[in-house]
Amino acid sequence: MTEIELTDVDVHFPIYDARARSFKHHLLGFGGGGRIGATAAHHVVVRALNGISLSLAHGDRLGLVGRNGAGKSTLLRVMSGIYEPGAGRVRVVGRVAALTDLTMGMDMEGTGYENILIRGFMLGRTRRESLDRVGEIEAFTELGDYLNLPLRTYSQGMLLRLAFAISTSIEPEILILDEMIGAGDTRFADKATARLKRLTEAARIIVIASHSADTLRRVCNKAALLREGRLVAIGPVDEILGRYEKEG
Amino acid sequence: MIFTGGLIEAVHREAQLSDAWLPAGWDRDLRLAWRDLQGAARRWPLVVHLSWHDIRQRYRRSTLGPIWLTISVAVQIGALGFVYGGLFKSDLSTYLPHLAAGMTIWMMIAGMINEGCACFIAAEAYLKQAPLPKSMFPARIVLRCLITYAHDFVIVLVVLLIYLPPLGLQALLSIPGVALVALNGFWIGLLMGMLCTRFRDLPPIVASAMQVAFFITPVIWLPNALTGHAAMLLNFNPFALFMSLVRDPLVGVSVPLSTWLIAIAVTIGGSIGTFVMFARFRARITYWL
Repeated sequence: MTEIELTDVDVHFPIYDARARSFKHHLLGFGGGGRIGATAAHHVVVRALNGISLSLAHGDRLGLVGRNGAGKSTLLRVMSGIYEPGAGRVRVVGRVAALTDLTMGMDMEGTGYENILIRGFMLGRTRRESLDRVGEIEAFTELGDYLNLPLRTYSQGMLLRLAFAISTSIEPEILILDEMIGAGDTRFADKATARLKRLTEAARIIVIASHSADTLRRVCNKAALLREGRLVAIGPVDEILGRYEKEG
Repeated sequence: MIFTGGLIEAVHREAQLSDAWLPAGWDRDLRLAWRDLQGAARRWPLVVHLSWHDIRQRYRRSTLGPIWLTISVAVQIGALGFVYGGLFKSDLSTYLPHLAAGMTIWMMIAGMINEGCACFIAAEAYLKQAPLPKSMFPARIVLRCLITYAHDFVIVLVVLLIYLPPLGLQALLSIPGVALVALNGFWIGLLMGMLCTRFRDLPPIVASAMQVAFFITPVIWLPNALTGHAAMLLNFNPFALFMSLVRDPLVGVSVPLSTWLIAIAVTIGGSIGTFVMFARFRARITYWL
């Protein structure tokens, strides 16, 4: 049973200016009685997500659309457990893989093999699970002996190839993507696309935020439109895309 | 709700699931804070990696490598030893072991506190990209300071070998002393890490407080140089207390049982207080970054 269920989820970011960030200010404020209350009331709060409710079940491929700042990335981060909402409930059942920043935590001084382990730990794998994947990653990246060298000797393309291979060496039940990822030169791009296709077909639930109508039509079977942190509409991809395009 | 990113065994998922539906409140917060600590413990290889990575970063590609860090500390202690040893007219054979042991321990303690303040701020890139347990990051600082201390300990050994009779078995008592310092470093890092993430002017305040603490703690001066009220006050200096747990066994001074008991009480009290704070504010850390 794989599912994602959000009930009335709010994510509000307090924006602290230098005054609110200041411990001195808070400390001195105690003498001033009501002034603290006044300052606290004037905190600027960005309502990144407001009362979001949705539920996804096995087979759902949800595309998130909306302008920049509509809350797409924040919603993805709530689903992958990075932001715990201030109000509301989130229930995620299943192994989650969020492929947002493929190179996060990679050590430029470490060798390719070391980084397979390091990135593996970041992704929540055990050492054993990472070691089991080494052969497959070797084969996919075609980096050969380069895997024994530190990453700083890699070209940008090679680095991306390795990062892509490690991060996609998974069988997630829930796949979370911020824009469709791709990697490398044209010859490699085909391989990467094939790999992603396998991955997306195997995942039980996919949530992807994208500006590309093409990607959304290809991958998704439903879409959700976000505007200013609110879920405006959820439904068939074409209908939601049409509505989004009409609104501009 | 709680998540652990990536591939987690089904057992864990079931455990989280039952927590996810607990009503919001202290019960849930405390459970999730505990789960965070467990998660950090499970990811110990990652904590070890991050700490080593930090150390390697410091002597990256320099020819002398790790020795470089140790040499700079040795030079510092040597210079201080000859100047202050002369100034206090103390015998080098008692002053230098005291200084070498004290200075290296001080650097470990001050490192844990000062760097602990920035433990979450420095980990922003990780915390905003992956659902990692928060308590991993103060643990990383503690481990990093322990590794540095192990480097510096070579100096202490050399000084002790030159000036003191061979170390007795009682020197081993400084190992539980270091363990207590590390445990306290962890809760202080967690607590100060949260406070400093929320209040960004705290780290410099802490740094100046630590500067003052350095002068009122017997690092470069001998505790028996103090008399009267000043000597009394020394009993209330937690830095002096923890320092003596590690230093005194090394330089052949015995540590009274009361010192151990106070240190253990501070460790337990601080850990409990911090745990409650952590339960309350854990989820907010990412928002403050």
